[in-house]
Amino acid sequence: MAEFLEYMHGMGTDLLGPVWPLAWTVIKIAVLLAPVMFCVTYLTLAERRIIGFMQIRIGPNRVGPFGLLQPIADAVKLFVKETLIPEKADKVVFLLAPIITLGAALTAWAVIPFSPELILADINVGLLYVLAISSLGVYGLLMSGWASNSRYAFLGSLRSAAQMVSYEVSMGFTLIPVIMLSGSLSLKDVVAAQSGMWFVIPLFPMFVIYFISVVAETNRAPFDLPEAEAELVSGFATEYSAMSYGMFFLGEYANMLLVSTLGVLMFLGGWLPPVSWLGFIPGIIWFLIKLGVLLFAFLWIRATFPRYRYDQLMRLGWKVFLPFSLFWIFLTGTIIHLVGAV
Amino acid sequence: MLENYFPVLVLLAIAFGLGIVILAASYLAGIKRPNAVKRSQYECGFDPLTRIRLQFDVRYYLLAILFVVFDIEAAFLFPWAVAFRDIGFLGFVEMMLFLFILLVGYAYAWKKGALEWE
Repeated sequence: MAEFLEYMHGMGTDLLGPVWPLAWTVIKIAVLLAPVMFCVTYLTLAERRIIGFMQIRIGPNRVGPFGLLQPIADAVKLFVKETLIPEKADKVVFLLAPIITLGAALTAWAVIPFSPELILADINVGLLYVLAISSLGVYGLLMSGWASNSRYAFLGSLRSAAQMVSYEVSMGFTLIPVIMLSGSLSLKDVVAAQSGMWFVIPLFPMFVIYFISVVAETNRAPFDLPEAEAELVSGFATEYSAMSYGMFFLGEYANMLLVSTLGVLMFLGGWLPPVSWLGFIPGIIWFLIKLGVLLFAFLWIRATFPRYRYDQLMRLGWKVFLPFSLFWIFLTGTIIHLVGAV
Repeated sequence: MLENYFPVLVLLAIAFGLGIVILAASYLAGIKRPNAVKRSQYECGFDPLTRIRLQFDVRYYLLAILFVVFDIEAAFLFPWAVAFRDIGFLGFVEMMLFLFILLVGYAYAWKKGALEWE
């Protein structure tokens, strides 16, 4: 593998000269984005199938074997639909909103390590970068609600933005004890620091709060109030059609994948095996197993719980999670000082 | 150090470019038969009666202010947590004092009902 990369580098430099680093980066990005987009599209199918089985239905199984071509059929359908722009909408902002939502959800993947070597941009403030970029997605939602010039879209986007920023705060606070234990913002170092014990064990309450917060932050059921179709039609996406509508959902699923990946890296030891004698199985397999478990939990929650009321949602975020995670930061700091350098 | 950020910039360009390409492809591939009813905004089949951008609940505004306060607090906490081992007990106490002062404001907001939604 290393020789092959050497050979590629040599040939690329001969062929393209100074442009080669750029071309090489583009190749790496394609290798990163293709599986991400693949997972995103098949996550939609997995969701419908799994929830179907949980409700003793079959789910979509007509297109291809076991319905495996369903996401492609959905994509084709969305592409050939009419792109409607409401007459009174602010056209530029209206079209910019889905681009920002999807763009932010994809850009955050730059610093995610899949194994110690498999990382696009190894920057030392990786976690900060992921939090900063992924929170840009809220601009897309606000812009869509404002630009649609529709009552439902406006209310939906306000709710959505308020919910996202509320849970972003508690999500950020739950990650601080992880940083205190690992002493680094680089996602690679955080995983390396878990070689003795996964952080989910000492910080179990933080992991639970993190997971509930990200379910709320990605606007997933049971916190899918922005799209509560009984009261707000389709929330911020009411006026969207065709692929401009599809892009919001690509963004939502990409975000779901992103926060699950972040949870695996921060709490579940990334590519590390649970016990060292299982180390013969490659790290990427462990990574995918853990990711699958978290994503399954997302769907399981959706199939199980009824929707929250908005006041309950805000109460949970601001009056329960926020004080509790602050208290846990205090507790972690005290214990580290009592025990000495852990 | 700074060259580590080069792939991030390229990915940023590609991710947003991808969005534009998808939108354009959808526009080109889709049918185009707009009419006045399709192009009006959704209002259960009626013509919209009132203006949309009238007013919204002041609590969203309060929430935004609280969010700014706590998000900046989180931004302070991240570098503090990274340096936690090096700054010793004094550094820990200082940050806890800072958090305590913020908590007083938080308790005030709670008492005043800024966190209430009915």
